[in-house]
Amino acid sequence: MRDATASDPADAVAASARLARLLKDYAPLPDTPDEMVGPDAKLRPLWGDFAAALARLTPEDVERRRARADQYLRDSGVFYRQYGGGQSVERAWPLSPIPVLIDEADWESLIPGLIQRAEVLEALMADLYGENRMVQGGHLPPALITANPEWLRPMVGIPPQSGHYLHFLAFEIGRGPDGQWWVLADRTQAPSGAGYALENRVATSRAFNELYAQGHVHRLAGFFRDFRDALLGMRQDRDARAAILTPGPLNETYYEHAYIARYLGINLVQGEDLAVENGRLMVRTVSGLSPVDVLWRRLDGSYADPVELNGASRLGTPGLVSALRAGGLTMVNALGSGILETRALMAFLPKLAPRLMGEALELPNIATWWCGGAAERRAVLGAPGRLLLSPALATGLPFDQAETILRASSLTAKELEYRLTTEGRGLVAQEAVTLSTTPALVDGRLAPRPMTLRVFLARTAGGWQVMPGGFARIGATPDPAAIAMQRGGSAADVWIVSPGEVPSVSLVPAPSGPYRRMGPGALPSRAADNLFWLGRYIERSEGSVRLLRARNVRLAEAGKAAAPILAAMTPLFEARGIDPEPGIPAGLLDTLSAAIGSAGQVRDRFSPDAWSALADLAKTARRMAQSVTPGDDAARALSALLRKLAGITGLVHENMYRFMGWRFLTMGRLHERAMGMSEILAVLADEKAAPGALDLAIELGDSVLTHRRRFTVSTNRDTVVDLLALDPSNPRSIRHQIEALGEQIRQLPGAMENGVLSPLAGVMLHCQTELATQTPETLTTAALWEFRAQVAALSPLIQEAYLR
Amino acid sequence: MQYDLRLMIRYEFDRPTGAGRQQLRIQPAQMPPQQSLLSCEITLTPEPAERRDFTDFFGTRVLEVVMPPGLKRIEIAMKARVVRLSLVQELDISPPLARLRAELEEVTEIGAASPHHFLWPSPRIPADAAIAAFARKAVEGAETTRAAIGALGNALHDFMTFDAKATEVDTPPAVAFALKRGVCQDFAQIMIAGLRSLGIPAAYVGGFLRTLPPPGKSRLEGADAMHAWVRAWAGAEAGWIDHDPTNACFVDTDHIAVGHGRDYSDVAPVTGALRMDGGQKGSHSVDLVEFPPVVASPAPPPRPAPRAGG
Repeated sequence: MRDATASDPADAVAASARLARLLKDYAPLPDTPDEMVGPDAKLRPLWGDFAAALARLTPEDVERRRARADQYLRDSGVFYRQYGGGQSVERAWPLSPIPVLIDEADWESLIPGLIQRAEVLEALMADLYGENRMVQGGHLPPALITANPEWLRPMVGIPPQSGHYLHFLAFEIGRGPDGQWWVLADRTQAPSGAGYALENRVATSRAFNELYAQGHVHRLAGFFRDFRDALLGMRQDRDARAAILTPGPLNETYYEHAYIARYLGINLVQGEDLAVENGRLMVRTVSGLSPVDVLWRRLDGSYADPVELNGASRLGTPGLVSALRAGGLTMVNALGSGILETRALMAFLPKLAPRLMGEALELPNIATWWCGGAAERRAVLGAPGRLLLSPALATGLPFDQAETILRASSLTAKELEYRLTTEGRGLVAQEAVTLSTTPALVDGRLAPRPMTLRVFLARTAGGWQVMPGGFARIGATPDPAAIAMQRGGSAADVWIVSPGEVPSVSLVPAPSGPYRRMGPGALPSRAADNLFWLGRYIERSEGSVRLLRARNVRLAEAGKAAAPILAAMTPLFEARGIDPEPGIPAGLLDTLSAAIGSAGQVRDRFSPDAWSALADLAKTARRMAQSVTPGDDAARALSALLRKLAGITGLVHENMYRFMGWRFLTMGRLHERAMGMSEILAVLADEKAAPGALDLAIELGDSVLTHRRRFTVSTNRDTVVDLLALDPSNPRSIRHQIEALGEQIRQLPGAMENGVLSPLAGVMLHCQTELATQTPETLTTAALWEFRAQVAALSPLIQEAYLR
Repeated sequence: MQYDLRLMIRYEFDRPTGAGRQQLRIQPAQMPPQQSLLSCEITLTPEPAERRDFTDFFGTRVLEVVMPPGLKRIEIAMKARVVRLSLVQELDISPPLARLRAELEEVTEIGAASPHHFLWPSPRIPADAAIAAFARKAVEGAETTRAAIGALGNALHDFMTFDAKATEVDTPPAVAFALKRGVCQDFAQIMIAGLRSLGIPAAYVGGFLRTLPPPGKSRLEGADAMHAWVRAWAGAEAGWIDHDPTNACFVDTDHIAVGHGRDYSDVAPVTGALRMDGGQKGSHSVDLVEFPPVVASPAPPPRPAPRAGG
């Protein structure tokens, strides 16, 4: 390896020369503290090893390492959603591969202030949804609460079942000119980013594996393990579950929801998966309703219940507030916690803290004035210099909403006075922040860029815990206002560096007591539904690819002479809604998109490898569709797609745990294949089918060799129907699908109760018996169509019994 | 005055429903001394699978029910006995409009009765410049807050035409105002938008209205109605004053309140989620009858029959 540690004295001299050059090129901004270089223009000791290692790398090495991190992110399918122009698109995760290094002692000095802030917010939340002493005592203007859409009146007077309103928080912090940390924003509604922090960590440690391994960097797993244990610990009964509530795949951070759910081993649910029964929250599963005692919501509170909150919400669960009123579950965080993000509250927090907690705020927040007060208006008018005006009730980060921000100094004194007098109650003034800079890679070189840090706090059995790391946002330009990811900013990992060894931790808790294998919880119905359809779509894609390939091979080999056999295939394409003329038809792309759609709904239960293989397949097919011409070209392209499909089927079926989810996926595949093969035989084994149709059927059934081995004669209707319909040993035969499907259905919950078959199991058994008693003579074209209809009727029965 | 109040709400569905959760806000409020609820009984047919009640943020009693799936018909019947006293203030003790804001700032309480909830735009009543301009003109010359409230209510009554067909339950106030037509809900929401634009806290009240038959005619079954009006804050001493712009009057003993909120969405009689894939028909009837029945009472004072309709 070229970038191995240098030990030779000559190399050491060269290395220090390169380090000097690296530092010479790195010019911190005037009057702005930099994380890597001190005010004396010297490298901070904390960064010594990292900078030295970087200096040893050639530009190509650096690029290779960046590529390694990006490769990891691409392979795992990390993305976020960008909105704009009425559309939203998935974007690759913009990682800045250089981590932000923070000294352990510096970090530890920050922790008490963070925890105190969490406690202050908890106390304020309890007051706002309880006695409202702060407003009553005149310490908080009534308008900030009563006009606030985040103050959810139905939640007033409902105490949290766990005794606490807040369980998981994030603070956006930045370092000011004097090197002190400031809070820029509080994230209390449903903070995102902790999962991305994990992904940033993995990707960054791929890029700088040896530095990470030797660099005494605090690990993140312990934080997540303790929070997971806390979530599970809040359950009232051991059989109930904890779940993560997501708005669904269209949300900008859905990837993270699925990732965290998979990482923690907790169910990911959407509002429609849940129901409230007798004051208790339940999840719909294939085995019926199953209780949920703890819900970590990643959904804004007002959307959570269409009956008592936002009636227009399609993401919520009717009765959720009622369940909370009945004390039926713990919500993380309590509904209504969004009010704590109100920007104007920052103006009051320093005065509220002593009243709520009996102590002053340790960690200052960004200086804020609420312009509803006369004294504050005078202060703003007196020194508008570096002040920014923005909406008082806004939540979220100022720099994510640049369009709502106005520089006070851009107005004339008269204009400013008018705005403050007429709309003062709706405005806050905040000091424009200076942020410290940290090194980022810009065109292959290090350059200082402004950064903010998102730190995460979780309430655990031992009290509030701060994640030893976090999520850094790095500006695209030296302007601190341009830090938003939607405006080109990027994300970076945060390394808390210890002078000594750090303990290694894993997500798995230390065993206590004898080993006990945990049964997987019942499968949510929506997940089962998506897996069933995923199985169907993948199989349908494979069937269509085989059909299209057979068509294009004949087109290439026989040209016009192929017309009769091509015409014979027409009903098969019609049944699939595919116009077979183009090389890669749109109908096939639609089926692949549908597969991606279903897989996207169950990313928490789907192997990341299978996901990227599927995404890759769809992308390849779309690309091919642009250029591939019918005939030989298409036949070859389709063969390539078929190989990729086989890879996916392998990844899915070989690697998936054989439980309920796998069962539904398998059922989808068997069901689709049984119908596909019935169609093929009904059309191609018909008495009047064109010459060559029987051979085509054998080819589509991937059974050419088997036929040759089993029957010494050439194909005739009897041999073909026997092999492709009735032979249970042929994995492509209808009989094989039906037997396997029957086996799966018998294993489903409620298939047989007190010796009585469920309606589904009954119809299934009928199908099996029917097929078992057929012979090639009795299985006529009409009988095949009839049988196909019987199989098709199974799908709605499965749907009815398990998937809604 | 003591009343027997009956409400009957019927729903019919084209196709059987899925399970559904409903919240009913139909029980008359307990608001001593002017309104006291002696008894109230709410019956659903068929019997709900779950039934519980609670008091919401603004003090309204809510009955929450979960209906079983597979229904083609739901009937909700409410029977109550209510005592209603006339407590209209003879003396106008409300401050001039100019002083109202200062009185408001003295109030630091934000419970159900606080005026602070009712100054801001709410989900169904956004601020509207045209209504604000109308309101400014209507209250010109009004010396007190109460006078301003009455003046705006009366001006609206003259400006608008009662028309049960012109608007729907979710017609925004600005649209009804532009149409100059609507029902009690539209009158109330427009008036609230106007009052808020003047800095007068204004709430939406849902309830029932007694409709007196024309002199000499007998009362018709089901002729009374669900109704909506306005509750406005007229300063620390005068407190809340109910005004009915549909009938251009301060509220007296013909009105029975169920509850108040920022707008219709806070007091809608039936809200909820029902899984349906087909049409539905709904109807309701109200009877508000004096108890014991007035026998051979002197002819009622001549006055125009109030108009109602929620």
